[in-house]
Amino acid sequence: MVVDYLGATFAALSDPTRRSIVDRLTSGPATVNELAAPFSISQQAVSKHLAYLESACLIERRRAGRQNFCALRPDAIREVAKWAEGYRQVWEKNFHRLDVLLEEMKKQKQHKPKLKR
Amino acid sequence: MNYSQTFKIEPAGEREIVMTRVFNASADLVFDALTDPKLVKRWLLGPPGWSMPVCEIDLKVGGKYRYVWRNEDGREMAMGGTYREIVRHDRIVNTEKFDEAWYPGEALITTTLVEKDGDTTLTQTMLMVSRQARDEVLKSGMETGVSVSYDRLDEVLKSSAPPNQIKIHS
Repeated sequence: MVVDYLGATFAALSDPTRRSIVDRLTSGPATVNELAAPFSISQQAVSKHLAYLESACLIERRRAGRQNFCALRPDAIREVAKWAEGYRQVWEKNFHRLDVLLEEMKKQKQHKPKLKR
Repeated sequence: MNYSQTFKIEPAGEREIVMTRVFNASADLVFDALTDPKLVKRWLLGPPGWSMPVCEIDLKVGGKYRYVWRNEDGREMAMGGTYREIVRHDRIVNTEKFDEAWYPGEALITTTLVEKDGDTTLTQTMLMVSRQARDEVLKSGMETGVSVSYDRLDEVLKSSAPPNQIKIHS
């Protein structure tokens, strides 16, 4: 289900540390050490966040020699961006249709002052 | 006034999301548009391609409502809940749960209508069962800032140039 998939993505991005990690990865792959550097939390805690992001398919791990790199999976992020913008637009459109409907209701009311409700 | 520009979505407290919008109509008309199935079907439709074949509203305290949307391609989406409080032309409190919820549990929706100088401000507060659920909804981009950030991120992802300054957090 697309909905479940997005749910996991949103849950993964609901944490500020994980959002910072994703933010950092937008400028290219990084090692766990590099990702942990800006935070005052342990590398173990960062690894936990990375596992969460990986399970939500937001990042992937790659091995280059002895180094373990983390990289973004742009397809997942793109899906979120699309959905998020869609949500706002849905409500904008709903309310716009409501504007139109209310105009029509106002006109009907003028013609029939005792409109039954 | 440009009414579409009065639309706002913002967080409140730990577990709430507040959506506001001003309409150029009296509160009794807005109330009818929100609670009369024939009228609800006309506007609560979502993105293009969706219709609302089922809209049942039993407008009384303890009464239930059920909405089903159907896409041209056959997909369906449904939600429903129970009315907890109804003050005609003024206030509605109801529970809300999607059949396939993407956030945990159900939400409590409080809708208030305040009429002033011929305009009505609709305020809809969505109280999530947990703070985590609230954050999930918010981080989905309902907040303008986040949504704009995601847009920028999307742009960057589309371009082949190496991304430098992206902010995904609000």
